[in-house]
Amino acid sequence: MKTTKVLPLAALASLSLVLAGCGGSAPATSGGGNGGIQVPDIPAATEVGESEGEVNIVAWAGFVEDGSTNPDADWVTQFEEETGCTVNRKVGATSDEMVQLMRTGEYDLVSASGDASLRLIAGGDVAPINTDLIPNFGNIVEGLKGQIYDTLNGKSYGVPIGRGANVLMYNTEAVPEAPDSWEATWDPNSEYAGEIMAYDSPIFIADAAVYLMATQPELGITNPYALDKDQLAAAVELLKGQNKIAGEYWNDALKAVSSISSGTASLGTGWQVIVNIAQGDGGKVESVLPKEGATGWSDTWMISAKSKNPNCAYKWMDWASSAEVNAQIAQNFGMAPANALACEGSKENEEHCATFHATDEDYYKQVWMWTTPVEQCVDGRTDVTCTNYQEWTKAWTEVKG
Amino acid sequence: MAVPTIEPEAAPTSAPASDTSRSGTGDRVSRLLHARPKLRLTALLALPLAWLGVLYIGSLILLFITAFWTTDTFTSKVVPGFTLENFVEILTVPAYQLTALRTIGIALAVTVLCAVLALPLGLFMAKVASPRTRAIFAIGITLPLWAGYLVKVFSWRITFMTGGPLDWLLAPLGMTGPGYGTMALVITLAYLWFPYMAVPVYSAFRQIPDNLFDASSDLGARPWATVRTVAIPLLKPAFIAGSIFTFSLSLGDYIAAQFVGGKIQVIGTVIASNINLNPPLAAAFGTVPIVVVVLYLFLARKSGALKQL
Repeated sequence: MKTTKVLPLAALASLSLVLAGCGGSAPATSGGGNGGIQVPDIPAATEVGESEGEVNIVAWAGFVEDGSTNPDADWVTQFEEETGCTVNRKVGATSDEMVQLMRTGEYDLVSASGDASLRLIAGGDVAPINTDLIPNFGNIVEGLKGQIYDTLNGKSYGVPIGRGANVLMYNTEAVPEAPDSWEATWDPNSEYAGEIMAYDSPIFIADAAVYLMATQPELGITNPYALDKDQLAAAVELLKGQNKIAGEYWNDALKAVSSISSGTASLGTGWQVIVNIAQGDGGKVESVLPKEGATGWSDTWMISAKSKNPNCAYKWMDWASSAEVNAQIAQNFGMAPANALACEGSKENEEHCATFHATDEDYYKQVWMWTTPVEQCVDGRTDVTCTNYQEWTKAWTEVKG
Repeated sequence: MAVPTIEPEAAPTSAPASDTSRSGTGDRVSRLLHARPKLRLTALLALPLAWLGVLYIGSLILLFITAFWTTDTFTSKVVPGFTLENFVEILTVPAYQLTALRTIGIALAVTVLCAVLALPLGLFMAKVASPRTRAIFAIGITLPLWAGYLVKVFSWRITFMTGGPLDWLLAPLGMTGPGYGTMALVITLAYLWFPYMAVPVYSAFRQIPDNLFDASSDLGARPWATVRTVAIPLLKPAFIAGSIFTFSLSLGDYIAAQFVGGKIQVIGTVIASNINLNPPLAAAFGTVPIVVVVLYLFLARKSGALKQL
């Protein structure tokens, strides 16, 4: 009786083992610890021709709006009328999901954040960009040009959209005095123990590293995305301490809004857009860029190496980079626009750029933009191997226990 | 032999030519199926078997194979190969063990909570309530199935919020709600999966003849003794059937954990955080709930409960 039932299972298991063995036993590694980052050679476009009729875009919510979610936010309709390119949008929830979606080859464009872009470039998923074909590229603010996460070997892979800092948000009823340091979110004896919110992603390890740079200089961290084993261990230690005083982790902006507005969380890491939504709903929420600095993100349009509609894709990248449209995207999403001219022309534009420090390079000097951690230390060290994003992911599981 | 020679002649004269040919094919198919029982069975089961075998079992096998692969550390692309590293990792890293144990504990707590609530409710509905009340209760039990999953989870998030409805309710007693965490998660999951326990328990209660209870009380048993010695043994299969749902669904859930779990990590959240960055590790960890549920089913089978289903 029993053997008859076990036999098929055993057969199944051994069959799958054989199948797995067939897959080749030597795992190939690209971009291993041998010097620079190897990038597949993919040619950039040379000209923009006739529209293909459509363009498929993976984007963050709020980047590609046709008026269906908010009648006031619509910069797709006019683009479609002028170019004859129908825009198909897919909203990506996380950077990791965007990378997976781009690998399907079904999308022409992605609004990639810095923690996704190096993976896309090295994986051969995106092609270099011929910036000559994007007239508006010239007006991009200086601080966003040629950054590590979108430029490799002198080739540009991304057209900047905008940037923002991961600010310290606080509920003014729970925290009456504006904090100027991250200390309350890291100190095990914090008076806000149990009411602290943290971002739920391995990339949040960089936030711990930023704090360590300011408080434990003996660790020798000079870039929060270039951590060797010991430095990562120190960051994990700090994060484990925070886990004891954290009330909640968030990775969904709406969840973060509900936590900070209701006072379930008193303070913690957030985005300016969360603060804006909370304030718009009457929540008593403020934000500050603490003295230790912060992490942040910068997003760029990247074109798929397998794009079926490159002409429409180029037309979209130029359209979205124009001062007018870039201002709309930035104001709708709550970030600093990439085009310097998006900060001029109207009082609204000027005020928005002031709120988000769009052209204030001194402000963004304190902000460490998300970058995929790789084995080649991005701070320039060559005597050690840095920890990669997979190790960060494992470490993050360990932090949450 | 005579029949085929007549048919071609008759066809042009009989008015709806297409009609006869259609019924002709139908006849032939049914004659064929009648003559060959094996073919009949194959035709009947082909679709469900393809679904079960190819799509369902097939995807599970693929998952299992992926668990032995690796991921490129830089591009996070999956690289086929063979390594036991992923399994070694989930078996040796304390965080993974703790997460697995915690999730199993939560699933068991949800199951017990559902069973404890389903027993008196099933008893009342099946034996005490009037048909009208019974109908209202039946609608009440299945009501949670009508709303969207996220809507339900979000409403529980609001319920457990600091200063939210639960805190407000408990304030006169000088108490506060549990806040987000394990307790909130157990309550939310128990709410989500309760219908899957309540319905089988109620149907099982309906099948117990009233006179068994009468006989028990005639023999001098107190009400609780009747429930314990008569009802519960007869209800065991229903409880086990219900528990398979509540247990395995709780084991796999991760969205509720994200919304009301505060900072706790469960199997589902670990899989979700690895699914894009390290699919082989996610696959390896994904086998943990499968193994646990298979063990659970094995124990359920050993108890003899599955035979009565």
